[in-house]
Amino acid sequence: MKPRETRLRDLLLAALAVVALWQIAAWAVGRPVLPGPVAVARAFWFELGRGSLAVHLLASLWRVAASTFLAILLAVPAGLVLGQSARLNRFFAPVVYLLYPIPKVVLVSVLLLLFGTGDLAKILLIFLVLFFQILVLVRDQAASLRPELIHSVRSLGAGRRALFRYVFLPASLPAILTALRQSVGTSVAVLYVAESFATQRGLGYYISLNGSTLFNYPAMYAGILAMSLMGLGLYFGVDWLERRLAPWLYVN
Amino acid sequence: MIQLDHVTYAYPGQGARPVFQSFSWEAGRGDAWAVLGPSGCGKTTLLYLLAGLRAPQSGSVLIDGQALSRPRPQTGLILQEYGLLPWATVRQNAELGLQIRGFYGPDGTHAPREPHLKVGGDQVSAWLKRLGLAGLAGQFPQQLSGGQRQRTAIARTLVLHPDLLLMDEPFSSLDAPTREALQALTLELCAEHNLTLVIVTHAIEEAVVLGKKILLLGHPPNREALVLENPLAGQPGFRDTAQYLDVCRELRGRLEER
Repeated sequence: MKPRETRLRDLLLAALAVVALWQIAAWAVGRPVLPGPVAVARAFWFELGRGSLAVHLLASLWRVAASTFLAILLAVPAGLVLGQSARLNRFFAPVVYLLYPIPKVVLVSVLLLLFGTGDLAKILLIFLVLFFQILVLVRDQAASLRPELIHSVRSLGAGRRALFRYVFLPASLPAILTALRQSVGTSVAVLYVAESFATQRGLGYYISLNGSTLFNYPAMYAGILAMSLMGLGLYFGVDWLERRLAPWLYVN
Repeated sequence: MIQLDHVTYAYPGQGARPVFQSFSWEAGRGDAWAVLGPSGCGKTTLLYLLAGLRAPQSGSVLIDGQALSRPRPQTGLILQEYGLLPWATVRQNAELGLQIRGFYGPDGTHAPREPHLKVGGDQVSAWLKRLGLAGLAGQFPQQLSGGQRQRTAIARTLVLHPDLLLMDEPFSSLDAPTREALQALTLELCAEHNLTLVIVTHAIEEAVVLGKKILLLGHPPNREALVLENPLAGQPGFRDTAQYLDVCRELRGRLEER
């Protein structure tokens, strides 16, 4: 693991390189559909200051946060139960295998019909994607615990409840964080799809409105920038949580 | 202290061949037993039966006159490896048993009925200090040597004041000097706290150093307890005597017969 300063420097260098490539591409294309970084940065500041971009950003952030919270709340216990009971897992594993690979995005219209055009359908869509990722990772983590460890802790007096509290739950923490990190990208992508339909708020709406109705390309890219920054922020958030909650992963 | 009365145990799905068949054995309080045998003879199974982690199909396992149905709070178990929580520091690992007792309260099942131990007391610190772990309290198991890890496991067990200590090849992955130091420490602690010791090993030398009585197991099914007396075990310098070599030689011969 590199020290924090080096990681920050690498990240800044990478950002500079991306911006430079972007500028070169913008010059090469030379059409309004790909404005340069300076124009987009200006639009970003303007839209953020005028208030509408911030509102959309907050709406999107709320949906991602709510669906992530819901997914952790339901998938972690389910994964723990399946992971420590071979019998239950034998029964449910085929179900999980059938449902896991279905691209949940195709369900967007079904969810809209069933749960209306409010936040619930959008939150459920992202939730479905995250739920299976977290479930599978937590289950596999719980199932891979060494029997020696379980025996040792049982010999200290632990019954089922204490095993959950002192073994299965802490053991699944890295799996939860890995699932979260892996799903940041997915949830932002699903967010875009979820917000392109039947809503007037959220970054997905904002991007598609500016891109295909208003043809305000700098504003559209400002929306994309906001979405990327949100993803980056979530990614760093997971990193920060991991350092705080799972320090043993960072020794040696 | 320990009574095995006509115990039959077979692993599920291994055909009809049990590991123990109508096997009886007794161990007295304060005894130091070594269980010796080739791999697959059922040594570890015997230990798990004594720990209450497995139940016999027939016969009974009595500890202190009580039939076992689940792990007994006064029994300590130390395994070869992987017994420590990888996400917990040395101190947190040493406190785990106390945490679990606090979690259930003195219910007589998961913890003894008399609540004389509390988390956060001095006894964990005292044990860490006694076992040379005081400076490592904040380390995680992966940062420790094998010997330090087993010391942590010993601290975690002894802080609960057990009267019976079960060990499954606890020192077999350690280098020779560390192993001998920990064997000496085990003997010292058992004498000090009047512990009954049952240590499972595949190493003849270890059995002879630690076991005042040696239980020999052979290829399953084990029907009869074959016991060898080794009264000089545990005395300082025993390892360098001619008697030590005699016992080793005899055991080697008996193992080949089985």
